[in-house]
Amino acid sequence: MRRVYLDSNATTPIRPEVVTAMMPVLTEHFGNPSSIHWFGQHAKSMIDDARQHVARLINAESSEIVFTSGGTEADNFAIRGMAESQKAKGRHIITSKIEHHAVMHTCQDLEKQGYEVTWLPVSRDGAVDPDSVRRALRPGTILITIMHANNEIGTVQPIEEIGRIAEEADVYFHSDGVQSTGKIPIDVRRLKVDLYSMSSHKIHGPKGIGALFIKKGTILKPLLTGGGHERNRRSGTENVAGIVGFGHAAKMARESMATDMARVGELRDLLEAALKSRIEFIHVNGENAPRLPNTTNIMVDYAEGEGLVISLDLKGVAVSTGSACSSGSMEPSHVLTAIGKTPDEAHGSLRLSLSALTTREDVEYVIEVLPGIVERLRDLSPYYKKV
Amino acid sequence: MIAVAMSGGVDSSTAAVLLKEQGRDIVGLSMQLWNQRRSLPGDEVASEEQELKRSGRCCSIDDIWDARRVAAHLDIPFYVLNLEDEFEKTVVAPFVGSYLAGETPSPCILCNNYVKFNHLVERASQIGAEKVATGHYARVRHDQALGRWLLLRGKDTRKDQSYFLFGLTQDQLSKTVFPLGELSKPEVREIARCAGIPTFDKPESQEICFVQSGSYADFVEKYSGIQQDKSGSIVNAEGRVVGEHAGIHRYTVGQRKGIGAAGKPQYVVQIEPGLNHVVIGENSLLQRKRFALRDANWIAIETIEKLDGPIRCDVQIRNRFEPQPAAVWMEDGEVLVEFDSPQRAITPGQAAVFYWDEVVVGGGWIKS
Repeated sequence: MRRVYLDSNATTPIRPEVVTAMMPVLTEHFGNPSSIHWFGQHAKSMIDDARQHVARLINAESSEIVFTSGGTEADNFAIRGMAESQKAKGRHIITSKIEHHAVMHTCQDLEKQGYEVTWLPVSRDGAVDPDSVRRALRPGTILITIMHANNEIGTVQPIEEIGRIAEEADVYFHSDGVQSTGKIPIDVRRLKVDLYSMSSHKIHGPKGIGALFIKKGTILKPLLTGGGHERNRRSGTENVAGIVGFGHAAKMARESMATDMARVGELRDLLEAALKSRIEFIHVNGENAPRLPNTTNIMVDYAEGEGLVISLDLKGVAVSTGSACSSGSMEPSHVLTAIGKTPDEAHGSLRLSLSALTTREDVEYVIEVLPGIVERLRDLSPYYKKV
Repeated sequence: MIAVAMSGGVDSSTAAVLLKEQGRDIVGLSMQLWNQRRSLPGDEVASEEQELKRSGRCCSIDDIWDARRVAAHLDIPFYVLNLEDEFEKTVVAPFVGSYLAGETPSPCILCNNYVKFNHLVERASQIGAEKVATGHYARVRHDQALGRWLLLRGKDTRKDQSYFLFGLTQDQLSKTVFPLGELSKPEVREIARCAGIPTFDKPESQEICFVQSGSYADFVEKYSGIQQDKSGSIVNAEGRVVGEHAGIHRYTVGQRKGIGAAGKPQYVVQIEPGLNHVVIGENSLLQRKRFALRDANWIAIETIEKLDGPIRCDVQIRNRFEPQPAAVWMEDGEVLVEFDSPQRAITPGQAAVFYWDEVVVGGGWIKS
């Protein structure tokens, strides 16, 4: 069966070049980077190279990149670390209602510990209003954490404007960049972020590795203590293979982002246009806000997202409904709820996310099979009557 | 395409094996029905420790895990469907309501009627499956002469589950496949073993799946949020108060309850929800011939209303019960059943299923 993968915001396939780059680490170059000897030194230098590649992708310095076990740890590190480091100054955090669970649940946990969290609403297209950030600021505010691009609908937030506000107010600013990294150009200096989370497996690198950008001079209490790895910021013997893979994926993303994403954007637009013309009663969520070029979130009226996803999978097409993490539970996605969708509408939503490896044929196949599936589901829906 | 309802157990796994061997296009479906994490109204605020213990657990998560392993082993597509809302509405809430009304409910039948053969069939049709197969020991057959779908006992009469399926409509039966209907349990285990099913020797589940810890009575109290005292009187057949009970939902007709004055064992003979009474008496008082039925469903006949006189059939009034000859008829809009000889403990809330030999005529719920 033909298999088409359009769930790249969940994860992406590893590029063959990345695998090739990782192979030596998994075989002869097994050294512990902390060791003095040749084996250790070799591992250490590979990590340094990778760190440079990751840093360059977001215009940071190598010394500002700390490798973590992934995006979730980076988010936890940034938010919990900052809450702990700054608690003498205050206990107020500003975030949005559409953050990834890694940020949302971490903030909720801090609420239980006595921190106060302001949950900013978003527009119907999923955008945070920078003015609302300004208004939420108060003397005890210690951190603003707003994601760069949303994983479900792809909205790109006005991070640069929020960064300016944070700088003026002298409040630390974290942005979860897991979905934006490698898909849109990022310059942490221009964005004025102090902390920026990244993940490798969203950009064709291996899983289990991510990074947190920590602006030089930022005091951040570590989550993990131990042997003082990563300049005392994150203890634990480095995941050398993962880091090398991440580094190579970051290098490739930087080199080919402009051409890849231009092409991906065209394919996404083609997909949206074709589906709109072939299926009635569908809407694109977040259509009027700046969006990632690879993501489309389509609301299909009179059809259940679960039925759509399974039917598509049986035809070889991988997509998701809600966000991948919450699939399996019937809680409507908090992101779609935040942009004003009812639970029923949210359950009928479909996320298709492309990557640099998506082909025109992939997209054409989806355009071919989806209308028939929607028709079948609607024929069985008591709410749908053909006009 | 046929959707196989997979629980991870040997029966539904073997159903999948058999259909696959027949070369059918199949998809495995498991139902997530109940989440142990949900707090019930009667729960105290869960401590963080309890919360941690509970997190991520649902009553059937191990079963879903097993089902996924089996599906992977058979190399068939597999999905978990969330039917928690439907399950709560059509099985759990009525189960609790039934106990509070002094009855003894049969949640597995409700689950078959409303969840498996209704919502699951509907979801299956959404993903393009025309039929749903389960691992029940029963048979479905289309009778040309009658123009009806018939439900028959499974060939292995000791394992037969047709009793639990009396509520299936003609439409549901037409979309149902029971691959194990002609087989015995040992044969099924052998097929599973030969096919390398990882769960071939898994013991059968017995308990009510959503009552995980404690007794069903504790569950009823927690779910319904009973705060006030539910205690009431235990009375004897003459109406004299002989004791106190802790809530009628803790009793079932036929259950033994102490020793009487004459040294004869006493049993619950009736539960009176209106008076909040549990009536006890000697075994002989449990012997009855006649009862009324509600929500009857007819399979082998169109309906009993159109028949002139009573029909004769064998009637089964609980799971482990040898069907007994009886007459069934309609009177004043009510279906009545009369056994030829008295039967012990005809229990409200249980199902009564009518058989002509191995054919299910129909059935309903015992009212009084």
